[in-house]
Amino acid sequence: MDGLLSEAFIASLFFGAVTAGVPLLLAGLGEQVSEKSGVLNIGLEGMMLAGAFAGFAAAYATDSFLAGFCAGVLAGMSVALIMAVLCVVLGMNQIVVGIAITLGAEGVTALLHHVLYSRSYPRLSRVETWTIPGLADIPYIGPAFFDRNALIYLAFALTFFMIWVFRRTQVGLNLQAAGDAPAALDAAGVSVTVTRFVSVLVTGCLGGLGGAYMATVGGGLFLPFMTGGAGFIAIVLAMLARGNPLWVLFGAFLFGASLALTTALQVVGVNIPTDVIQMLPFAMVIVVLLLFARHSYLPPALGLPYQRGAR
Amino acid sequence: MNQRHPLVSWLYGMVSVLLPVVLALAVGGILLLALGKDPLAYYGYVVKRGLLSPTGLEASLTRTAPLLLIAAGLIVAFRSGLWNLGVDGQLLLAAVVTAALAPELASGLPSVLVIAVCFAVAMAVGAVWSLIPALLKAQFGVNEIISTLMMSFLGVSLANVLIKIPFNDPLTTVPQTATLAVEDRLSRLADTTIHWGVLLALAVVVVVHHAMTMTALGMRLQIVGANMKTAVHAGLRLRLLVVVAFAISAGLAGLAGAVDVLGVHGTIRADWNPAYGIVVIPLVFLARFNGYAVIAFVFVFAVLVIGGESAARRLDVPTYFVLVLVGLVMLFLAVTEFLDHRRRLTARD
Repeated sequence: MDGLLSEAFIASLFFGAVTAGVPLLLAGLGEQVSEKSGVLNIGLEGMMLAGAFAGFAAAYATDSFLAGFCAGVLAGMSVALIMAVLCVVLGMNQIVVGIAITLGAEGVTALLHHVLYSRSYPRLSRVETWTIPGLADIPYIGPAFFDRNALIYLAFALTFFMIWVFRRTQVGLNLQAAGDAPAALDAAGVSVTVTRFVSVLVTGCLGGLGGAYMATVGGGLFLPFMTGGAGFIAIVLAMLARGNPLWVLFGAFLFGASLALTTALQVVGVNIPTDVIQMLPFAMVIVVLLLFARHSYLPPALGLPYQRGAR
Repeated sequence: MNQRHPLVSWLYGMVSVLLPVVLALAVGGILLLALGKDPLAYYGYVVKRGLLSPTGLEASLTRTAPLLLIAAGLIVAFRSGLWNLGVDGQLLLAAVVTAALAPELASGLPSVLVIAVCFAVAMAVGAVWSLIPALLKAQFGVNEIISTLMMSFLGVSLANVLIKIPFNDPLTTVPQTATLAVEDRLSRLADTTIHWGVLLALAVVVVVHHAMTMTALGMRLQIVGANMKTAVHAGLRLRLLVVVAFAISAGLAGLAGAVDVLGVHGTIRADWNPAYGIVVIPLVFLARFNGYAVIAFVFVFAVLVIGGESAARRLDVPTYFVLVLVGLVMLFLAVTEFLDHRRRLTARD
């Protein structure tokens, strides 16, 4: 009995950790690209929300997860386009624009959700059960990693793809240079603006995908403000990862596990107020910051717009 | 070229401030049209219910109290070059501690003393909640945007735990703190529903504005804000100043929570989070960190929120719309700022 309980506990903990960790992984990998290139993308939360809403709406309308993922990517990228134009091309304050984007996305998605769905509540509850397709036949005891939605494998693969890009390709070097020494990159004949512009769009793409995942595979429904700070956690993950995607992967699942702990504990009948559990990931960030503060590495040019010839 | 007539530069200043607001209202209007609502009817109703009706005006003025105190704190932080984005957690924790403490104290102490103690405790709670980000920033240069945000999420959850477990009023079914008797709350002004916390908040904004622009401490903080390396070279105690700026900023956020509890609510229910902080940030930017301009913008925003709440019920435009407007104002603010900057660069050439 006890063994069964603990097995169920561990299975549901792993399962939940992957479910909650994948959006953090996707968004964190995206943020890492833009931080590497020197853009602190505070609007990530807004991009995730936009992706979540568009992903849900498209998946709901077409009955296809793939359509949802594509819509999420597009929505995330269109929000990122605003950020890229304002912050990279025009060199405006990244933090002000990032906050504005997050606020605006919160408002717009909540408004659209209200307009599209809130008056026909039954449709939402049908969507809630409609989540399962890719996950339905998962045996409780099976490993949480090998019987999942395709997007989860993609997220894992992406981690290693990013390592390859950062370590082995010219693009990776250009990204690094755009954040570390933009003037040198410029002198080498590569446009800092284009490099950063593309990297912000990549962030929007992955952030939007992470959001779409949350609203489709993850929850199967869209709620206003549903990302609940996941974008900000992803930013922290990217900061602490010191440019290494593997640390983003590790961090994302550590946080995923702490988010999943509530459900896992309920499986074995331990009831702790959700608020206590909700504190865990954030408390963990603070502890990590306290312990490893000296080690968090950020590109020297992070947050600074690049102007050719400016001192 | 650079010596323009004072009236011209005053007009220019007004335009650069009002332009983002007008553009945001216009784009918001287009959005309303897209939603099938009449923008003029919406804005008209907002003004009517938030500004022109006596009860609406009183509600709007009352709402300015916490917003102004938060804004005062943000002026200190932003002028010191520090991003205190953890206002919501600082405010909510202080508010919860106040809500738990006030009814306890009220049974034994005169109400003046109760209020004084509560204000002091609330400011201390807010300040303590900013200590970790402040020390991380001062000691290791850890980005305070992230650390304050994390502390904010943490604070909001902790506040809920406090309401549900130690501070829960056993007499109520919904988890909430014990209710403070109406006669122990902040007294009203004349025969309105406005409490004197509003006057306190106005005074604090004015004092902070002048303290930042006219005193030695304010000057030191502004040097820290302008350039931390310069501050070190000037022999300033950088670490201490960072901690002080954070403590003042978060302390005022805590005071905002106390004023809101003692003046309006009297109790706090679980999962109550007004999330004032994130919307006050754009207002403080819009005002270019100027205290008097902050007062004007906070008032306009309060009218928008109070009127927007009525309009939500009447015209079926959710209050989220106000969030969109604030986001738009901030975007257009950034654009005007950028254009202004570019204009000044070309003028110098």
